[in-house]
Amino acid sequence: MAAADARRDGGRDARPSVVWYNDPKWRSLFFQALTLLVVVGIGWSIVHNTAVNLERRHIAQGFDFLSTTAGFDINQTPIAYPKDASYGRAILVGVANTVIVAVIGIVLATIIGFVVGIGRLSHNVVFSAICTAYVETLRNIPVLLQIFFWYFAVLGLLPAPRNSLQPITGWIFINNRGIYLPEFRFGGFAGWGIVIGLAVGILAAVVIARRARRRQQATGEQFPVGRVATALILGLPFAAFAASGFDLALVPAKKSTFNLTGGIELIPSLIALTLALATYTASFIAEVVRAGILAVSHGQTEAARSLGLSHGHTLRFIVIPQAMRVIVPPLTNQFLNLTKNSSLAVAIGYPDLVSTGGIVLNQSGQAIEVIAIWMAIYLGTSVLTSLVMNTYNRRMAIVER
Amino acid sequence: MTTSHTTDATNWVRTEMAPARRPPSSSIGLVAWVRTRLFGSLGDSLLTLVGLTIAASVIWSVLDFAIVRAVWTGADGEVCRVEGAGACWPYVTAYWNQFLYGRYPAEERWRATLVFVAFFGLLAPLAIPKVPAKRLNALLFFVGLPIFAYVMLCGGRFGLEPVETTRWGGLLVTMVVAVTGIVCSLPVGILFALGRRSEMPIVRMLSIVFIEFWRGVPMITVLFMAANMLPLFMPDGVEVDKLLRALVGVSIFTAAYLAETIRGGLQAIPKGQYEGAMALGLGYWKMMGLVVMPQALKLVIPGIVNSFISLFKDTTLVLIVSIFDLLGMIQSSRSDPVWAAPSTGTTGYLVAAVIFWIFCFGMSRYSQWMERRLATGHKR
Repeated sequence: MAAADARRDGGRDARPSVVWYNDPKWRSLFFQALTLLVVVGIGWSIVHNTAVNLERRHIAQGFDFLSTTAGFDINQTPIAYPKDASYGRAILVGVANTVIVAVIGIVLATIIGFVVGIGRLSHNVVFSAICTAYVETLRNIPVLLQIFFWYFAVLGLLPAPRNSLQPITGWIFINNRGIYLPEFRFGGFAGWGIVIGLAVGILAAVVIARRARRRQQATGEQFPVGRVATALILGLPFAAFAASGFDLALVPAKKSTFNLTGGIELIPSLIALTLALATYTASFIAEVVRAGILAVSHGQTEAARSLGLSHGHTLRFIVIPQAMRVIVPPLTNQFLNLTKNSSLAVAIGYPDLVSTGGIVLNQSGQAIEVIAIWMAIYLGTSVLTSLVMNTYNRRMAIVER
Repeated sequence: MTTSHTTDATNWVRTEMAPARRPPSSSIGLVAWVRTRLFGSLGDSLLTLVGLTIAASVIWSVLDFAIVRAVWTGADGEVCRVEGAGACWPYVTAYWNQFLYGRYPAEERWRATLVFVAFFGLLAPLAIPKVPAKRLNALLFFVGLPIFAYVMLCGGRFGLEPVETTRWGGLLVTMVVAVTGIVCSLPVGILFALGRRSEMPIVRMLSIVFIEFWRGVPMITVLFMAANMLPLFMPDGVEVDKLLRALVGVSIFTAAYLAETIRGGLQAIPKGQYEGAMALGLGYWKMMGLVVMPQALKLVIPGIVNSFISLFKDTTLVLIVSIFDLLGMIQSSRSDPVWAAPSTGTTGYLVAAVIFWIFCFGMSRYSQWMERRLATGHKR
């Protein structure tokens, strides 16, 4: 009672009477100001020291060096890289090469990862044991070691160009300088025809899929969307190709005295890096997939079956959509990891962003600027991906009950 | 009376259960197992056969290389350079000490060995839940061991010969980087995890920026940054050791990941625990230190072990900034003209793979076991 009275008496002033330095609001303000002061202080001292050090070493600040002529060779140039190209151009080539490794690696890793992940749940003992062994072996060995293994112990021991292995004689050459595939030379009309056919096919498939869904929701009638879409996407480019009279020339690499020229050349460092990253990341993706499938309770399958859904429909409409909700966020994380790990290219000289940037760093001495470019590109990719992921998660969460 | 008919002698009712018949021999035992788990259908049989072939060929090629065709003795690489030779084991024997200690002076290696022994001697009782005196053990491991290792490895005190870090290498550096990384990053990670869940906007924002920045960039760039930019950040005249620079980079990088792991544990603690602690009149630090953190950390032990596994694997990256860890020693010794042979590198990689695999697999098994053990206490 006494306490209640006291509270009523102090009712004019709702806040409890404490000394100001014990008031949580002031304390919080004080500590935040202190933190900010410390951080700003450290930041200022770093900036100051750096400025002094750069002054002493006569290193200019700023990004002007990007337009200086690079003057070093890059052994894989997906975008034009002339002799007098600038540092900026070299870094751009590096970015393109990183994208190449990341895309091929992600596609391969996803395929292997899904096969192995589902395989671990297979009732076939041999298959599931192999998948388990795959996961437990590869993910417990450092990826850099695996890259070295592929690069030095597998690809490095291949024969010299003169004695190339030829799985298809005269067409494919494998040697210690890389893999040479025949180049596809489409005639002018065939090339464009295929591209246009593909675009039209995809567009038509999307339109049909939308209409079919609307019609099914309205009338319940189904339409074989999958088959029709596949036929359109594969058929239209093929039709365009056929209309051009199969205007395609396969040009294999030519042997010269010491090397091979022409054709599509896959350099060893690209192969080693992609293979190692893909197989390594696949072992993590396999675990993600397995966890996702196990997360869908068996009751869901049983309920779907008792509603009369076929086995295929149960998988397609019940199990996979629910498993995907669990799988997708960690899966994108793995994709990001693969992209970040592609920076290990520097160890085997594959000219990715970090490799070319490293050469630029050593030649120009612009450590801060180069590292800032690296960080900005990788960080940008991460932030962009996590923004997309957050949107995806929010959309998925609405469906959730 | 109709009921009397039921007791009629003509109505026969079984008084005991019929004996159960054995299931058909095809549905139990080995036969059924083989039929359902190996040869259930045509596709299944094909899968089994292809799988067995692949498994056999992989296992055979490893055994063939490591044992059947292997060269066991020899004074130099000549014996390994013959056509078709497998693993070059004499190279491993010759370089074994360098794989373990790098270029650490031979007469001082006992110091490194002592540190290894102390490390495993303190780790084992810490990892086994039944061993008592965890608090003292943890204190020795997280505070005593680093000091001991520092004094022993660097030398220059108590009459010990000073050994420069440039001479360190092999598994020693791998362990030093990994253990320093985890020991230094744990407190930092805890602070940033608390900061990210703080109610003070500035503290929270700074923590988020710190964590997301380091998690967003590859470790290589962090190491490059530590190697190239750290010297620029220091005031005039302050020289930072190369290994120390890498350690700083690794620790900051790991701290960001650990912060996220620990935040997961903090989020799993029910609100009632915080409220209970506040009702007892505990302040923020006492509430966190005595009530929340012990529970949260216990929950995330598997997560911390997993971070440690990735850190342990990532230590190999220091070879890119020319610090010779285990893999770095193999990389630099495989081209030694005395031992160079086609199989030298592969042998070295095999050794490194086995060492890393044993450590990582052991730790992951431990973390799974710990997860199961801790999970039982939280089932309702």
